[in-house]
Amino acid sequence: MTTSTDSRTAAQPPSALSLREVSASYGGRTVLDGVSVEIPAATLCAVVGPNGAGKSTMVKAALGLVPSVRGHVELLGEPLRRVRRRVAYVPQQDSVAQDFPITAIQVVEMGRYPHRGWLRRLTRHDDELVAAAMDQVGVADLAEHPIDELSGGQRQRVFLARALAQGADLVILDEPFTAVDARTESALLEVLTTLCQNGRSVIAVHHDLRAVLDRFDHAVLLAGTVLAEGAPGDVLTPEHLERAYGMTPLVLNR
Amino acid sequence: MSPDDVMIVVISGLLATSCALLGSFLVLRRQALLPDAVSHAVLPGIVLIFLLTGERASLATVLGATAFGVACVAGFDWLRRTGVVASDAALALVFPALFSLGILLISRFASGAHIDLDSAIFGDVTFAPLRTIELAGLDVPRSLVITGAATLGTVLLVVLLWRPLKASTFDPDFAELGGLRGKLVSQVLLVAVAGLAVVAFDSVGAILVITFFVVPAATARLLVRRVGTMLVAAVAVGWVSAFGGQRAAVTFDTSIPGTIGLTAGALFLLALLFAPRKGLLTKRLAARPQPRPR
Repeated sequence: MTTSTDSRTAAQPPSALSLREVSASYGGRTVLDGVSVEIPAATLCAVVGPNGAGKSTMVKAALGLVPSVRGHVELLGEPLRRVRRRVAYVPQQDSVAQDFPITAIQVVEMGRYPHRGWLRRLTRHDDELVAAAMDQVGVADLAEHPIDELSGGQRQRVFLARALAQGADLVILDEPFTAVDARTESALLEVLTTLCQNGRSVIAVHHDLRAVLDRFDHAVLLAGTVLAEGAPGDVLTPEHLERAYGMTPLVLNR
Repeated sequence: MSPDDVMIVVISGLLATSCALLGSFLVLRRQALLPDAVSHAVLPGIVLIFLLTGERASLATVLGATAFGVACVAGFDWLRRTGVVASDAALALVFPALFSLGILLISRFASGAHIDLDSAIFGDVTFAPLRTIELAGLDVPRSLVITGAATLGTVLLVVLLWRPLKASTFDPDFAELGGLRGKLVSQVLLVAVAGLAVVAFDSVGAILVITFFVVPAATARLLVRRVGTMLVAAVAVGWVSAFGGQRAAVTFDTSIPGTIGLTAGALFLLALLFAPRKGLLTKRLAARPQPRPR
C-alpha cells in the first residue's frame, strides 16, 4: 500500500468510523452530545475519557445498539446495514451471559454466523477460519473448555478470536483489557496491531493512557463530547487531560 | 401400569419436553419467573370471555387467556427495554396489574358467577385421560392432542431459531449486530412461552407447568458444558420426573401433579449436591486437601 494507484488502496474507505453530530441519551440523561469523529481506516484507535464520558455509548451508538440516537453514522464509508458482516464487536464482559453453557470453540464459531445466517451449515472453510483464529490468539488448546471455567484473559482471547474468525474489516472492542493480565494485554495488542498492518481497522475503548501513547495510532478523548482527536501524543496533552479528568493523570508525568 | 397411567406419563412427558426446551432459554436469560407471571396475568382474559359469551372453560377462554398472557410478556418486554426499570421489576409491575384488573372485572361485573383460575383454565393431569375428543374416529384425550401439537411446534421453533436463540441469549449485542435478529427472536420466545404456558395450564395445571419450565432446565444446567446438551438433559429430567412422579403417586396414593413436581425438585437437589463439576458436595470433596503420604 505504497502507491495511490494500487487498487486495494483506491478501494479503501475514507475512514473506519465517521460520526457527525451524534447524540444519545439513556433513560432521559444525555450521554453523548453532538459527537463528531473521523477515525481513519487501517489504524489502531483508542477511545479514552473519564468514567461516564460516554465511551461505551459512543461505540454502541455507532453499532446501532443504543435505542435513541440522533446524528449521522458511517462505518467503512457505508451505513451500518450494508456492512454488518464486515464489522465485529467485542462487548464488555459483563454484557455477556456469564453462566451460559458454551465451549470456547463454540464462541469462536459464532463469528461465522453473520455469514451463514440462521440455518446454513458451517463449511470446512469456516472450520479452518475458526481454527486459525484460535491459533492466532493462543487458545487452540482451550477449544473444548467451557467458557465459565476460563480466566478473564483467556475469555478475552476467545472473544477476540471470534472477531478474527468473522474476518471483519473493522473490529470494535469495549474495554477489552479489564480483568486481563499484562501479558495477555500485550499479546492481544500485538494481534490488533498486526490486523491494522493488514489494512483492517481497530477501535478500542481503553483506560490505560500510557498504553495508548505507546501503542495506538489514533486517539479520541471523550467527555460527553469530543475534547480532542488525532495522534495520541497530540490528544493526551496535559491541557486536554486537565479538561477531561479535572486533573493530569500521574502516569503521564514521569 | 394401566392405560390411563401411561397416558398421564405421556402427556406430562410431552409437556415437560416443550417446557424444558423453552424454559432452558428462560433460565439462561434470568427470566425464569415469566411462566408464573403469565399464570396470573391471564385472569382478565378469562373474565372478559365469560362476560362476552357466558362460557368459563371453552376454547374461547383459552384464546382470551392467551391474549392476556401475550399482553403480559409484551408489556414486560417494553418496560424492560425503556431501561428505566430493571428487568425483574418490569415483570413484577406488569402481572399484578393484569391480575388486579381481572379481580376488578369479577367484582364489578361477575360477582355472582363463580370464576377463578382453577375452575376456568387450570386443569389437572390426573383427569386428563378422561377428557376426550374424537379424532379420526378414535376417542383421544384432548390434552394428548394439545400437548402433542405444542411439543411439535416447540421443537420446530427451537430447531429453526437455534442459532439466533443461542447467540442472543449468550451475547445479545453480538446477535443484533451480526444480523441474526436477536431482538425479534427474543420477542418470539416470549410469545411462545406465553402461548405454551396457557395451553399447558389447561392440560396439567399451573404449578406443574411452572415446574416444567424451570426445574428440569436448572437441573440440566448443573450437568452440562454445552447448551445443546443442556436442552437434551432438561427434556430427559422432565421425562424422568413425569414417570417417577406418576409411579410414586400411585404407590403412595398422593396427588399426581404434586408428586411429579416434587420428583423434579428431588432430581434438582441431587444435581445440586452431586453434579460432576458444579455439585456442592463434589466441589467440597475436590477441594479437601489430600492426606499426606506416609
